[in-house]
Amino acid sequence: MIGACVAFAVYIAVIPLAFLLWQSFRTPQTAATPAVWTLGNYIAAYGTAETFRLFLTSMRFAFGASLFSFIVGTALAWMNERTNTPFKSIFFALSLIPLVIPSILFTVSWILLASPQIGIVNQLIQGWFGLEQPPFDIYSMGGMIWVDGLHYSPMAFLLMSAAFRAMDPSLEESATMSGANVWQVMWRVTLKLTWPAIFATVLILFVRSIESFEVPALLGLPVGIEVFTSSIYTAVHRYPSQVGLASAYGVALLVITTAGVYAVSRLSSKGSKYATMTGKGFRPRQIDLGAWRWATATAFIVYFVMIVVLPFFVLLWSSFQRFYTVPSREALQNLTLDPYRFVFAYPDLASTVWNSVMLSFGTATVVMLVTSVICWIVVKTKLPGRWVLDNIASLPLVFPGIVLGLAIMIFYLNVDVGIYGTIWIMFISYITRFMPYGLRYNTTSMLQIHQELEESAAMCGASWTTTFRRIVLPLLKPGLVAGWIYVMIVSIRELSTSILLYSPDTRVVSIVIWELWENGQYVELSALGVLFILSLFFLVLLARWVGARYGIKE
Amino acid sequence: MLRVEGLFTEYPNDRGEIVKAAQDVSFTVEEGRLFTLLGPSGCGKTTTLRSIAGLERPRAGEISVSGRVVFSSSSGVFVAPNRRGFGMVFQSYAIWPHMTVFENAAFPLEVGDRKYSRRQVRENVMRVLHAVQLEELADRDATKLSGGQQQRLALARALVMEPALLLLDEPLSNLDAKLRDLMRFELKRLQRELKITTVYVTHDQGEALALSHEIAVMDHGRIQQIGRPRDIYENPANQFVADFVGNTNFFDGVVSHVDSGERCLVRTEIGDMLVKAVRPFRPGDRVAISIRPEDVGLIETCPPGDNVWRATVEQKVFLGEAIDFRVTVGARSLLSRQHPTLRTPVGGTIFVLVNPEKCVVFST
Repeated sequence: MIGACVAFAVYIAVIPLAFLLWQSFRTPQTAATPAVWTLGNYIAAYGTAETFRLFLTSMRFAFGASLFSFIVGTALAWMNERTNTPFKSIFFALSLIPLVIPSILFTVSWILLASPQIGIVNQLIQGWFGLEQPPFDIYSMGGMIWVDGLHYSPMAFLLMSAAFRAMDPSLEESATMSGANVWQVMWRVTLKLTWPAIFATVLILFVRSIESFEVPALLGLPVGIEVFTSSIYTAVHRYPSQVGLASAYGVALLVITTAGVYAVSRLSSKGSKYATMTGKGFRPRQIDLGAWRWATATAFIVYFVMIVVLPFFVLLWSSFQRFYTVPSREALQNLTLDPYRFVFAYPDLASTVWNSVMLSFGTATVVMLVTSVICWIVVKTKLPGRWVLDNIASLPLVFPGIVLGLAIMIFYLNVDVGIYGTIWIMFISYITRFMPYGLRYNTTSMLQIHQELEESAAMCGASWTTTFRRIVLPLLKPGLVAGWIYVMIVSIRELSTSILLYSPDTRVVSIVIWELWENGQYVELSALGVLFILSLFFLVLLARWVGARYGIKE
Repeated sequence: MLRVEGLFTEYPNDRGEIVKAAQDVSFTVEEGRLFTLLGPSGCGKTTTLRSIAGLERPRAGEISVSGRVVFSSSSGVFVAPNRRGFGMVFQSYAIWPHMTVFENAAFPLEVGDRKYSRRQVRENVMRVLHAVQLEELADRDATKLSGGQQQRLALARALVMEPALLLLDEPLSNLDAKLRDLMRFELKRLQRELKITTVYVTHDQGEALALSHEIAVMDHGRIQQIGRPRDIYENPANQFVADFVGNTNFFDGVVSHVDSGERCLVRTEIGDMLVKAVRPFRPGDRVAISIRPEDVGLIETCPPGDNVWRATVEQKVFLGEAIDFRVTVGARSLLSRQHPTLRTPVGGTIFVLVNPEKCVVFST
């Protein structure tokens, strides 16, 4: 059992990485010439000024997006945790946004809003002020940073809220009692104490935005702004496809993300020095903003409109149109259900939805069960080398989705076990990609299970399997269920890995959205998008309900 | 019944250093007896208990119960904990939060080697729940129990399979003071009624003295003394035992004279002290004398005879049923427990009187 899990983790996580490295040193194989060892890919990739520009563009994009989402997220977190801003209860819903609105739909909706040709906002403002030029161009570095940063600002919000909440207010209060004023407290104590959290948050956001595929592909590629992820995509899709070059880019991206993930883990292991958590229940003191609280409330509502209301309603609007048009009285009279009819009449809709559901269901189940055993080994046993297992199972964290897709594609192209082009290759890639999430969910709840709960089962005469089945798994249930639903949600909207692995028979919903975009079928895309968002929203609500129902009993 | 022989248990801690938790631990427990391992935290008492349970694997030694060897380093025997058939109550009680009271107590009968019918399970479980007075709460969620009830449920679960041996790991330490006193009587009654052989681990000397047939005092992984509660308290084998079991006043000194009736005269920092020595001492031996606070007499008028010193009251602590005096003889301060009727004010003069019979002498 234990051995099987170890073998599974190694197979899933290590082998694709090895093949990616291997491939990056090989020439492409053709009928006439066999593949040989070469440094050519790296020379091609790094020998030109082009690549240096690619690197700079990627960095600019990632820094811009991560800093933007960090600043927005931190401001919101501070407002939420430390001030008496009204409407705070809606903040809670924020955490759901990146889950409910997939990146591709968020990007598309912002194109519909702010594209220079068809963007509603642009056309409205041009109409109102009689401008010659559209005021916003979403197809630009600024637009990319805006969309990506905005979409992931709730993540920054959550991370920074946790940091603010974890801080013992007596640390600040004792500074106040020592005579420090508000700014001194903030600078000398609050900021210094949250510094590791700030740094970690920025790093996490940075890694995430350098892995981002949808925004650079949809907004950057049409105007020639390329980053690593979109270059990998174009290198594979060029004819003849340059897998070696893509691998070399992939390795470069891996080096960056690995450095980032390693820094984050070092930071959090060193974090104990800054341990600000105490066992005591406390409520941080809130600052009374007075009349300013209406300003913060306004800022918050504007933000909410930007991130939820506008994107969703622009999709909703265009999903009832025959052709994409700016809202107007005439357009209002031409409302139609045609896009929905198109979606429901779509030839492979049933099989596509079935693929998506089965893939995410299977992935969530396998991931949660396997990681529960891995996690048990890591947390509960004293086996030598168990940390290696933990690291192996967490390894896919450093894979950007598209690099993972590439690595798995290369592996199964070279090792023919008959799954290339089938649903199984996508299944394996999903399991790999989301294994670390399952591990995190299980670890959190596993750490809460007191060692003696298992030992007492052993003293009652229960064997290891009985103990695991009757004690450990039921106690893990809240974490298992929460993690299961989370993995289900993230795999049902997966795009960047699937895009290199799908075949016409194994399309999933997010791929269909991608294809509709490529075909310029905006209204049909909107209809499908609205349905997709609604079902994801339903799934998330279900998750909340299940979480509350089967929450850990006190 | 339980025989532990030459037990050594060591394990690496978080930093990879080897912790020598149990060192050459040997003792036997007779059938139906309650045996206590007493010592400060980190003395190896819990490790010894866990070694008996099979939750730790000792490096060397032998453990047998009623002649059945469950661990032996020489013949390579190690019976897994779930095959030993011992009951155990953990410090945290380890009540499974996802089961009801009944399910918790029934678990050992469901997973063990012996198969029970539904009716037998019900009968056995209800019998133990009755014994610990939880039968009314059988269908309640285990998490809805109070601390004392959880403790009793843990005990019921340990008893339901009629174990050969009952192991208790600080079972009272998580209860508040009042409940602890109550459960102490309860535990003693159950153990004496069921006559189940029990090994009890605690750091609370009061608990150990009140419950045990026999006590082993441990320190630094080694057993310092094994004896009946009264022996341990009145005749501690060494300074550690005297200090750990109850409060005491220590005096270092040198034997200056030995007379025929096992009495020695010891020169100490407060002057010559007449003590009764069980062990033979010779003039010139370095010794330590332990006198319990309740054996340090205080009198306001100077009595005749030996072992009397003039002292000053330095501090008083009123405890309700007693009053603790801290008095100084010269530069040395002494602790004495008195009846609250003694009302000498702080700063007043008082006379210290020590009965030679109550002085325990160790060689140092």
